Amino acid sequence: MALASTDTVIRTGRTSRFIIYTVLIVFCIYYLLPLYVMLVNSLKPLDEIRGGGMLSLPQEWTLAPWGSAWSTAQIGVEATGLRPYFLNSLLMVVPAVAISTMLGALNGYVLTKWRFRGDTIIFGLMLFGCFIPFQMVLIPMARMLGLMGLAGTVPGLIFVHLVYGIGFSTLYFRNYYAQFPDELVRAAMIDGAGFFRIFQRIMLPSSGPIAVVCIIWQFTNIWNDFLFGASFADFDSQPMTVALNNLVSSSTGVKEYNVHFAGAIMAALPTLLVYVVAGRFFVRGLMAGSVKG
Amino acid sequence: MEQSVPTRNKLGDKLADFLPKLVLSPSLAIVLIFVYGFIFFTFYLSFTDSRILPSFGLVGFENYDKLFRLRAWSIAVDNLFIFGGLYIVICCALGLMLAILLDQKIRSEGFIRTIYLYPMALSFIVTGTAWKWFLDPGIGLEAVVQSWGWTSFEFNWIKDRNMAIYTIVIAAVWQTSGFVMAMFLAGLRGIDNEVLKAAQIDGASNWALYRRIVIPQLRPAFMSAFVVLAHMAIKSYDLVIALTNGGPGRATELPATFMYSYTFTRNQMGIGAASATLMLMTIAAIIVPYLWSELREKK
Amino acid sequence: MGFLDIKNATKSYGTVKVLHETDISVEEGEFLVLVGPSGCGKSTLLNMIAGLEEVTSGEIAIRGNRMNEVRPADRNIAMVFQSYALYPNMNVAQNIAFGLEMHGVVKAERDKAVQGVAELLQITQLLDRKPGQLSGGQRQRVAMGRALVRDPDVFLFDEPLSNLDAKLRVDMRTEIKKLHQKLGRTIVYVTHDQIEALTLSTRIAVMFGGYVQQLGTPKEIYDNPANMFVAGFMGSPSMNLFPAKLSAADGKAFANFALAEGGTGSLAVPDPALARHDGRDIILGIRPEAITDPDGADRNSKDIHHVEARVEITEPAGSDTFVVTEFGGKEVTGRFRADVDVKPAKVQTFAVNMEKAVLFDPVTEERVV
Ligand SMILES: Nc1ncnc2c1ncn2[C@@H]1O[C@H](COP(=O)(O)OP(=O)(O)O)[C@@H](O)[C@H]1O
Ligand SMILES: [Mg+2]
Repeated sequence: MALASTDTVIRTGRTSRFIIYTVLIVFCIYYLLPLYVMLVNSLKPLDEIRGGGMLSLPQEWTLAPWGSAWSTAQIGVEATGLRPYFLNSLLMVVPAVAISTMLGALNGYVLTKWRFRGDTIIFGLMLFGCFIPFQMVLIPMARMLGLMGLAGTVPGLIFVHLVYGIGFSTLYFRNYYAQFPDELVRAAMIDGAGFFRIFQRIMLPSSGPIAVVCIIWQFTNIWNDFLFGASFADFDSQPMTVALNNLVSSSTGVKEYNVHFAGAIMAALPTLLVYVVAGRFFVRGLMAGSVKG
Repeated sequence: MEQSVPTRNKLGDKLADFLPKLVLSPSLAIVLIFVYGFIFFTFYLSFTDSRILPSFGLVGFENYDKLFRLRAWSIAVDNLFIFGGLYIVICCALGLMLAILLDQKIRSEGFIRTIYLYPMALSFIVTGTAWKWFLDPGIGLEAVVQSWGWTSFEFNWIKDRNMAIYTIVIAAVWQTSGFVMAMFLAGLRGIDNEVLKAAQIDGASNWALYRRIVIPQLRPAFMSAFVVLAHMAIKSYDLVIALTNGGPGRATELPATFMYSYTFTRNQMGIGAASATLMLMTIAAIIVPYLWSELREKK
Repeated sequence: MGFLDIKNATKSYGTVKVLHETDISVEEGEFLVLVGPSGCGKSTLLNMIAGLEEVTSGEIAIRGNRMNEVRPADRNIAMVFQSYALYPNMNVAQNIAFGLEMHGVVKAERDKAVQGVAELLQITQLLDRKPGQLSGGQRQRVAMGRALVRDPDVFLFDEPLSNLDAKLRVDMRTEIKKLHQKLGRTIVYVTHDQIEALTLSTRIAVMFGGYVQQLGTPKEIYDNPANMFVAGFMGSPSMNLFPAKLSAADGKAFANFALAEGGTGSLAVPDPALARHDGRDIILGIRPEAITDPDGADRNSKDIHHVEARVEITEPAGSDTFVVTEFGGKEVTGRFRADVDVKPAKVQTFAVNMEKAVLFDPVTEERVV
């Protein structure tokens, strides 16, 4: 995505520019509105929301909904708040991202620099695996996790995300390494470096940009996953998304909207943070892979 | 220089030749088992009498036969057409419009882009939660407008059987249209400015420039956007669960939610497997030609 | 048996044969240049010597040892690539030392070797820089340094100068030649530039379409091209090639060809044996410097013959003027001294040095004896 290259040469007059800016700002409001709603309503008491004040700023600012969402809200049967589930998600996402990125890098390296007959077919098979509806694997995977003794555990979820994350990691690294000059690898071979040495000394040190892209992508996808979490986790291994949904859709008791919004922001925070901090590198990394050559 | 005849370590060399394939093989094995093996397993189940647990008594096309006669399934498929069609068309239209507007040397473009794109970083559960309460007539938009004095204002789609599916469209478009905008913007930035200059010298208006020269060149971006959006629409599950949980009644059931509930809560695994198979085939029909052409070109 | 032997080597990708049976034997200290147009298989052959491409059939041997199954790292060769292929994450010193490190040379020795090579190539002040901070010429030197430090049996160069601008290219050419004379190592050098080939080599292999067309010293290649491809490819401006018909008179052979203004040009061919071929169609090949104004003709030649022909166009080039006319329906360029007064559309006497003329068969395009 070459977002930062040259602008258009098309020129626009004063009135049209005014209209353009107006439209762009209106859409800024549109995209920001839900975030605003979540934020302000997570900071006000429940009765202010009930009184039709969803769009107004809090009259009485309070952090109580956040505290409740984090540590005391009723999730399913227990009043634990979202904290244990937030930890589950972290425990799940870190190893899954790390391992799938590493495997993707190795696969991309083999598929571009050590090509062999049939490698494109193998890559095609991996790539198609990224797009299948996961409904197609839910039933056998549930059995398989049972057989492996991982049913209802965080390691089980790590495994599932790893398995279905490999395709995208491989895609990113393959496309990036395809731009990486073959001559460098050949020079290193003549210098006496072997398969792993070339990977470690020549390829990896230049892989920063695509590693960022891959990590952001995998982190976002795995953190945000709901289907696998809902299908394969037990009560005590649920990830954040599933717990949030339980919190919001539980039919017992009073609906504490402010707590729901606080919980939703908590679930969104890690990926938002990654996006705001590293989003620029994401776009730049994608460009590094696609513009050259 | 001393002369070592290099016949050393033939076995080591053989191993070294094999190493790349060895490194690739765990991933390949994983994909073959957990993607293709499992696809085959589910495909097979769709021809069996499985209920709570997989069972291997073959029943031919019975599950498909039942599936097509189930009202819940035809609702899900109809919904998918409404939802998918609107979702793709609106996302593309909105994305293209915003991309074109954002391509006019806009000040603080990067900032605006960040705002348009951030919903993509959120979980559908978060998006669903936000929109669920914002569209809720009791506390959300309807209540707010009424509290401003317009007491007859009504906006209760999310509770309305006929309109609820459109609330899914609203939330999904909100989440994805910024991403589609980015795809189109990348396409616009790839267009050769010389051509545009030449057309300007030929006296083309801005409108003509976009309609005749720019938009036709965005074909690849349209293709990618279509493929991404179509496959997301077919896989849509989380958003429905969070926003409406398939309701009111079955008004927002989609194939993905249908599959889940038939397999895991209604204990009709054979029918669930049949519905999953149909989902896979639909996606394959879209994705396979696309991947095929991509891998061909890039050879 | 030579130092580096290419024995009946071929290369195929699937069913496509990109290198046909090739035999070249390189002596120790030789500078062999593989030259030919793009896609003719030069890099393929070089990569086969390096071990980067497998040999489909035949053999590569260094010092009499078969190399086909030996890994590139163990062949005791070094290579300089067109793109230089410097490791972007390492500085110059690390780049040069990498090969030694991989071959288990200890740090102190590596540092000494790097220092020595850096002095030889005058890049000592660059040792701490990253490749990204170097100019094209400097990168080129580092790439050479990386090869030199290995002190290999054979140096392989794949178009090492083609990414440099014209001036730098000439300078580096001279420098490579000096290095070869100083170190006396065996070099195989790939280029598509025939001038590079002629200036650098001790021997040239001219390649085209996956075949070695001719193997010989620069002088042999230039004076006695084996076929019309070699004749046309080597030399600039390239050799004039035009159709003519042989005739015999008084036991001598003549080549006859049509002139632009009508009439026939006729040139005596030095080899009287050709008189047997009365009436045969041939292609006559004469280099521009063998077609001159009468006073500028080579005084040592015993076979200067004159042809009157109309001048089509003149191209002054400073020291010489290239004069274009038409022999046998083909444009023919002669090289006149700059101060000779030649005008287009005037008839002019061309002095042709037939000692330097070569004859080709028009069908096989091979040299006629
Ligand atoms: N990996 C490959 N697969 C198929 N054909 C190839 C491959 N590499 C090179 N070729 C073909 O082999 C021929 C010779 O290539 P090369 O040796 O690189 O030519 P050059 O003389 O320009 O260096 C070319 O026609 C090229 O298209
Ligand atoms: Mg080449």
